[in-house]
Amino acid sequence: MSLYQLQKFLYDINRDPGVQGIYRADLEGLLDRYELTSEERSALATGDIGLIYVLGANGQLLMHYAAFLGMSWPDYIQAMREGVAQHGPVRAGIYAMTTQLEDKVAGV
Amino acid sequence: MSLVFAGICSHAPGITGRASLADPALREPFYAAYRRLGERLIAARPDALVVVAAEHFANFFMNNMPSFAIGMADRYSGPIEDPGWLGIPRTSVPGNAALSQQLIGEIMQTVDVAFAEEWKFDHGIMVPLSFLTPAYDLPVVPVNINCQGPPLTPLHRAWAFGEALRRAADRVPQRLAVIGTGGISHWPATPDSGKINEAWDRQLLDRWVRNDKGALLSYSDADTYRDAGQGGFEIRTFISVAAAARGRGHLQHYAPIPIFAVGCTIATMDVAP
Repeated sequence: MSLYQLQKFLYDINRDPGVQGIYRADLEGLLDRYELTSEERSALATGDIGLIYVLGANGQLLMHYAAFLGMSWPDYIQAMREGVAQHGPVRAGIYAMTTQLEDKVAGV
Repeated sequence: MSLVFAGICSHAPGITGRASLADPALREPFYAAYRRLGERLIAARPDALVVVAAEHFANFFMNNMPSFAIGMADRYSGPIEDPGWLGIPRTSVPGNAALSQQLIGEIMQTVDVAFAEEWKFDHGIMVPLSFLTPAYDLPVVPVNINCQGPPLTPLHRAWAFGEALRRAADRVPQRLAVIGTGGISHWPATPDSGKINEAWDRQLLDRWVRNDKGALLSYSDADTYRDAGQGGFEIRTFISVAAAARGRGHLQHYAPIPIFAVGCTIATMDVAP
């Protein structure tokens, strides 16, 4: 479990335009800087918001990464639901889903 | 001098970032109450505004997470988020490093705090300022309480911090306003975004208005997580303001607005001797 490293990646990319530049130029090289499990690395390599959510990433980090990837707010919310549908409940952290997959409490 | 004004408000990023998606019948009365809070604050003629906030990994991360941090700079900037996403242009906000240094020195007599000579404001401070001081012309002293990365600041320490802030405010010549911003119940940035526990919020606000220390400090983190979500952890900011102001609160506005992901709250508190 290297949730800390996964979240550190999200923190760095959210806050450092230099890291964002490296993300675009050499994603694999950037990922090499973090001690990630193969599942975490694969999720970050493909921008799999649903899986990153299930792995336990703090939403306050994840939502900005989703925005960086160009996702709209409704798409971000839906990607997390689909992640839970595909991979099961959130495995760590304090951002678990408490509603049902079909619930849309804010209408999105 | 001392505290001349105390209040609390919501800060969820959707309040500005998703404004166009909200029903105007819900949005406009909340915006009006928020602006009135700013008018009341300015009418108290403060020299500086202490914002007790709960940031979201803008400046502090789990590599080195302080329980409390206070800014000590003459200038801050924000928002750290994408301005288009938040709906607030990037700007510079004045601080007062000398005042911060005095306050920190006094607070440290009873509560250990970290200080920061650099601080980029996230939505937790920028959303309130955009309504309260939209010209960004009142010097700000930013405060952060760790409400994001467990283990979280214990509630009784948030109370002790508020008491220390008040003692410090009583020892500086400036007129200070304090605003606490956060919560109340919400499940932000999750698929549950928009879920709001109005009954829990109203109970918390009732306790806050009565400044009932025992009741305010009685929540366990497990209970808060279950009943009020991870966003509920931000009640620490409200608790600090109650400890600092010592008076009775007045609820000006409360209304759940799901697309803003929070029960939108505006309240003031009398500053008691």
